[in-house]
Amino acid sequence: MPIMNIKKFSFTYPKTEYPSLRNITLPIEKNKITALIGPSGCGKSTLLRAMNRIHDLYPGNKYDGVIDILDSQTNTRKNILDIKKEDEFIKLRQRVGMIFQKPTPFPMSIFDNVAYGLKIAGIKNKTELKDRVEDSLKGSALWKEVHDRLGASAMGLSGGQQQRLCIARAVALKPEILLFDEPTSALDPISTGAIEELLVELKKDISIAIVTHNMQQASRISDFTAFMYLGDLIEYDKTENIFLNPKEKQTEDYITGRFG
Amino acid sequence: MRLLVNKIFLALSILSALIGLAFLGWILSTLFIKGLSSFHFNLFLNDLIDGGLRNLIIGQFILAAIAAAIGIPLGMAAGIYLQEYGRGKYTTLIRDLSDIMMSAPSIVIGAFVYAVVVIPTGGTSGFAGAIALAIMMIPVVINTTDNMLSLVPRELREAGIALGASKYKVIIDIVIKAAKVGIMTGILLAFARIIGETAPLLFTSETSNYFSLDLTESFPSLTVSIYDLANEPEESSRDLAWAASFILTVLVLIINLAGRFITRNKEN
Repeated sequence: MPIMNIKKFSFTYPKTEYPSLRNITLPIEKNKITALIGPSGCGKSTLLRAMNRIHDLYPGNKYDGVIDILDSQTNTRKNILDIKKEDEFIKLRQRVGMIFQKPTPFPMSIFDNVAYGLKIAGIKNKTELKDRVEDSLKGSALWKEVHDRLGASAMGLSGGQQQRLCIARAVALKPEILLFDEPTSALDPISTGAIEELLVELKKDISIAIVTHNMQQASRISDFTAFMYLGDLIEYDKTENIFLNPKEKQTEDYITGRFG
Repeated sequence: MRLLVNKIFLALSILSALIGLAFLGWILSTLFIKGLSSFHFNLFLNDLIDGGLRNLIIGQFILAAIAAAIGIPLGMAAGIYLQEYGRGKYTTLIRDLSDIMMSAPSIVIGAFVYAVVVIPTGGTSGFAGAIALAIMMIPVVINTTDNMLSLVPRELREAGIALGASKYKVIIDIVIKAAKVGIMTGILLAFARIIGETAPLLFTSETSNYFSLDLTESFPSLTVSIYDLANEPEESSRDLAWAASFILTVLVLIINLAGRFITRNKEN
């Protein structure tokens, strides 16, 4: 059963008449990596940013359709587009974390960066904080590099380390879904490799949706791939089918590099 | 031909720069020569009534400190509103008004406070002087806060929101921290500016020959006393004015340098 179901979803940015996303239907499968690919402006980031409603930081957006998320304890589904109250938004974002294109370390120590979300979630016990920070740094393959300088500023880390710190920060909250918005496009090949390995490791516990410009990356790490073009979902299937045996002509043209 | 134009332009630029610097050097050297010759350590121990400057220096700092205590929180709050919450025409209007206020002649602000504080309360007071300085300071702090917050990348705010923080938490914990150095530098420069102001104090706090901590009375001010002393016929008064100008310049210079020092440390 998918952890998140996007059904007939349309999205319109403020002050525009024409929707940027039209009638998208797509599952995000549990403990799998789903890649969103497509040329610039196809709406893949817009779709990703709807999944934790980060769009709502800027008012005036119009949502249509349903994005529901599975509550595995009660086995019920809840439409996240119905959320209106601040505390519900906070809960949603604790369940659905997000990593951005450029690393976004906060101007504080490495420890405080990872502990930030936990403190907001109300964890005050120092030992618990310490343990959760250590676990997430280990889980994000950063512990070995930073364990002796947790009090140092996060701004002193390299780009790749900063990105892994941002992942650790999101993982610390034990989210059910993590959204990655081109997480490696600002990084060198070695850091990119480290992050890709990390994503494959993380999917044991977390379901992942990733926007990427890099088709090799999509084929290397994802289980499912969605190809989008000009606000429409053209094709969604298992990754090997999309890359080896696409049904749509447009998909084939894109992955063979004929446009985009 | 092009090379010649290039050379002429370069020569003109250098000449203009030298003329500007020459005047600055002239002002500073006059100030240092005249100021240092009348400077004496006893100036810091006696009040103006005994030929010293102690009460004036302390008074000037108290006025500027109270102004900062009023102006910094108000200005920062307004700057945060403009950058983080405000949108649309209304915000642009406030921003423009604040920019206009920044270039308002300081004597006009002095006159304004005279009309709305000094006359209703029946006389000049340290409090009125501090209000006038605060009004000078607020638009500068608004401008600095607004500009420095605008340099904080949008993604940093989104990253905070994506971790489940509320908007105000993100502003307090992350955005202001990221812009801290710039805002602090701006505030220091604003402080350096108001501490050397005369016109806003001229008919609001006036000055006093005696040591005072009573803000409801005329309050000792270094800048206003420089103006008074320079107008007096005796040589000794004018010497004292030079010494006071010298001390004031050094103080402003130190605050400015401190501001630059903070910025440079951040950049490295």
